[in-house]
Amino acid sequence: MKTDTIAAIATAMSNSGIGIIRVSGEESIEIVNSIYKNKNRNNVLKNYKTNTIHYGFIYDDEEMIDEVMVSVMKKPGSFTSEDTVEINCHGGILIMNRILDLVIKKGARLAEPGEFTKRAFLNGRIDLSEAEAVMDVISSESEMALKSSLNQLCGSVSDKIKSLRNEIIYEIAFIESALDDPEHISLDGYSEKLMTKTDHLIEDVNQLLSTAENGKIIREGINTVIVGKPNAGKSSLLNILAGEEKAIVTDIAGTTRDILEENIKIDGISLHIIDTAGIRSTEDVIEKIGVEKAKKYTMDADLIIYVVDSSVPMDENDFEIKKLIKNKKCIVLFNKSDLESKISFDKLKSELDENMIIVKTSTKNQIGMDDFKNAIKELFFHGEVSFNNEVMITNLRHKEALQETLDSLCQVKKSLEADMPEDFYSIDLMSAYSSLGKIIGEEVEEDLVNEIFSKFCMGK
Amino acid sequence: MVINMEIREKVDVCIVGAGHAGCEAALACARLGLETVIFTVSVDSIALMPCNPNVGGSSKGHLVRELDALGGEMGKNIDKTFIQSKMLNVSKGPAVHSLRAQADKAEYSRSMRKVLENQDHLTIKQAEVCELLWEEIEDSEKKATKKIKGLKTFTGAIYECKAVVLCTGTYLKARCLCGEAITYTGPNGLQAANHLTDSLLSMGIEIQRFKTGTPARMDRRSIDFSKMEEQFGDERVIPFSFSTNPEDVQIDQVSCYLTYTNEKTHEIIRNNLDRSPIYAGIIEGTGPRYCPSIEDKVVKFADKERHQVFIEPEGLHTNEMYVGGMSSSLPEDVQLAMYRTVPGLENCKIVRNAYAIEYDCINPKQLYPTLGFKDIEGLYSGGQFNGSSGYEEAAAQGLIAGINAAQFIFGKEELVLDRSEAYIGVLIDDLVTKDNFEPYRMMTSRAEYRLLLRQDNADLRLREKGYQVGLISKEQYDDVIRKKSLIEKEVKRLKNTKIGAAKSNQEFLESHNSSTLKTGTCLAELLCRPELSYDILKELDPEREVLPDDVIEQVEIEIKYEGYIERQLRQVEQFKKMEKKKIPVDLNYDDVPSLRLEARQKLKSFHPVSVGQASRISGVSPADISVLLVYLEQYKRNVENKE
Repeated sequence: MKTDTIAAIATAMSNSGIGIIRVSGEESIEIVNSIYKNKNRNNVLKNYKTNTIHYGFIYDDEEMIDEVMVSVMKKPGSFTSEDTVEINCHGGILIMNRILDLVIKKGARLAEPGEFTKRAFLNGRIDLSEAEAVMDVISSESEMALKSSLNQLCGSVSDKIKSLRNEIIYEIAFIESALDDPEHISLDGYSEKLMTKTDHLIEDVNQLLSTAENGKIIREGINTVIVGKPNAGKSSLLNILAGEEKAIVTDIAGTTRDILEENIKIDGISLHIIDTAGIRSTEDVIEKIGVEKAKKYTMDADLIIYVVDSSVPMDENDFEIKKLIKNKKCIVLFNKSDLESKISFDKLKSELDENMIIVKTSTKNQIGMDDFKNAIKELFFHGEVSFNNEVMITNLRHKEALQETLDSLCQVKKSLEADMPEDFYSIDLMSAYSSLGKIIGEEVEEDLVNEIFSKFCMGK
Repeated sequence: MVINMEIREKVDVCIVGAGHAGCEAALACARLGLETVIFTVSVDSIALMPCNPNVGGSSKGHLVRELDALGGEMGKNIDKTFIQSKMLNVSKGPAVHSLRAQADKAEYSRSMRKVLENQDHLTIKQAEVCELLWEEIEDSEKKATKKIKGLKTFTGAIYECKAVVLCTGTYLKARCLCGEAITYTGPNGLQAANHLTDSLLSMGIEIQRFKTGTPARMDRRSIDFSKMEEQFGDERVIPFSFSTNPEDVQIDQVSCYLTYTNEKTHEIIRNNLDRSPIYAGIIEGTGPRYCPSIEDKVVKFADKERHQVFIEPEGLHTNEMYVGGMSSSLPEDVQLAMYRTVPGLENCKIVRNAYAIEYDCINPKQLYPTLGFKDIEGLYSGGQFNGSSGYEEAAAQGLIAGINAAQFIFGKEELVLDRSEAYIGVLIDDLVTKDNFEPYRMMTSRAEYRLLLRQDNADLRLREKGYQVGLISKEQYDDVIRKKSLIEKEVKRLKNTKIGAAKSNQEFLESHNSSTLKTGTCLAELLCRPELSYDILKELDPEREVLPDDVIEQVEIEIKYEGYIERQLRQVEQFKKMEKKKIPVDLNYDDVPSLRLEARQKLKSFHPVSVGQASRISGVSPADISVLLVYLEQYKRNVENKE
């Protein structure tokens, strides 16, 4: 059995109460010890007895991240029958994520789907009668992870990874053909070429990694939908938030016919925002589809932003929307406040759910945007809206794979600098290639042999 | 006196075929003391080299050295009969250095025949084997349903035996194609074996059809070598076999020659493609991509202006020259026209035409990694019959199949080399675990732990296994033990010998363009510097003992590449854990819940022996492996509970 150390967030990824990060395996105590300090600022976790819990702090170098309780369970007394440490931290998504990230940096790896349970079973901790349930957990969680990995990966990122992989396998195939058929294919002067190539690959992977750090590699964040009547200013709002011209903004009602999506961050909170076609009864076929879609997205959203055009009276379309947002988490924007108001602010408030927040804004003049952002933060930090658990894990998995890729490429560079022979760095190129493959769910297997034969002419 | 009796012999093992696989299998069995008969359609074709006149080459050279370390014959035989030798890839890392020798084909064959003829317990028999004799069995430990009883030849003779090793090469239902001309023969016009396939099919063995090809042979006198580049052998020849005295291989070598195709050649080929049996769709078999015919090269790599052509002698006592790089199945007239466009071949005379050959072979997933058939006790196979290609691949499998047929008869544990132990392990694991759609060739890129699987340490890796099997003598084994301890001692000494920053030392380093020392270090640290070698460091190390060259070579590699080697060793550790998790032969995959459908089907069809092997089957995901591990644990506990 693998005895490496695994880690994962063991509680639901919401913003309420306390979150637990579980670390299990031979090095778990060592790893957490390196980031944990007691109230006297000493790394003393190693000295603690089994089945004890301790107050202290998690540190990333000098920076204190959170105040925590850490419990130590030595083998075989833990759930997995391995040395296990559980970090009870404040339940914020960002904090949990940060701590997990730190644990991984210190040498643990992200647990595979169902892996804690699998270890518990293999180590004799779980009863035989539960074996089938264990297998079920593994296969269903794996399927979910795979699905979410593929679904959430941004198209552009996945294309980028594919093209990086193509570049890498081409180089490996070239080296390997030359090693296999030295009389047909020569490697003279190749190492300089590869050095340039490697530098550029490292740069690209670094860029992807920083994208991943910003959480933009996957469609993560709070699922947010902007709704409103046509021409209420929904697209303007998206543009302000995204800081660029994403949506086409005109004065003509019904300009946005399809759905626009954007990942944005408001003070560290990720929102996955969907701008919808304005909701109105329409005979235009294309627009009609857009409206139907908007309704569907609204049903599934974690958060709704209802943009009200205060310069025109309420009509049956507003009535329709108000029905849609009933019992949903919603922020209402009393927009176009720069114009003469045709709607009573108080009347609107009385017609909405009691706890809905209304903010006066003018998207045109960017008035009220701070109030709006504060409203979002309020909801988030009170745990009223939250991330999708799976999304966060996917992002971490991708980051882990990218980091592996980067490490392998740096090893290639190191070997090149040390003037090592070609066959040494082709091995690390291969690791880089397969690490990238993990992100897009592709196997390595026969790729190399196929690439060799299709790109290079060899033969006796 | 009228004689009317059935010929009925009783022996231990029968080997079918006397090519490179058959020879190794037969010698292994006989040397282990088993009464062995080797069958061939022609005694004159024992250890025939019907294609290229060389042994070794990238990764294939590794196979030969490993085979030699285990007690095989190929390395010794090529050392006796080579006419040129080269270590390939010397400018690259030690892991990809590879020996390749040009053979005197006729001598190679004659010499191997002599070894076979003089081997105790071994009988050579010229006969076509037509039928395997077997019976159905129950309660087999390995869940086989059949058991080998013997075989029958075309003339009706019956040989009862305990095990059969099939090494039929390219002879089964062989068909040769040279343009429109088709002959139903084996290689070189030899008799094909047309009957055995039906017997195999009736035993439930799955058969497939593969194809390969060979270029023309030309009359040396018709070639103008002045238009070609001469290619020499190495100045100092290194033998293949660990038992060959290096002084014995320092012979006068012959040359090979390099020339190129050109646009005219390619034009002729393109204009006559419709007469190629492959492009006309006459060939049914799947050909290998790694030795494409010249037609293939021209079509698939249309942008290449020229292709290399190597002209290699076939032996010392013949004028025939092999035209490497230009195998073809085009008709004779097109061949001649195409060859004559090549510089130096303008007036060439073809002795033997190029041709393609098709033959029956098996899908090797029917085999255990021992090369024994899963469903038939006592039946083993090796070589091209298993879907591989190449003399060296064949010989390596022949040796393992022979050893395991013998182990089976002795009731001993069979020999399986894993992917971290030998190229032979990679070769066999790939064959029995992966879907192969073309003849399989060894390549260094297929060996993921290749930094450990070097040709220079094959003896250190495998002599012990050969000794345990009984093909390596105590004396040979002791030599390796001695070598190992010398290496260990020297590595330790170099790590412990301190070198201070004294002035003389700094001057020494400067004189070798090496940076000077800031603090003291040890000899091993200095040896890690690319610009310094063990030999250069002699000056700083006056007290060193004189060590054999092969020991110094290992010491140098071990120290210079220590970091890389250690990384691979750690990977191997992980790999071994999964290999050790065995899957019971009677495991029913339908009982394993939560496996994905594709994985379930693949596992059912391959029946892997270990979780490690299962994880290498394409279509089996890591999650499936996790599920399998949990199931196996449950299975084990259930069995324990019953007991």
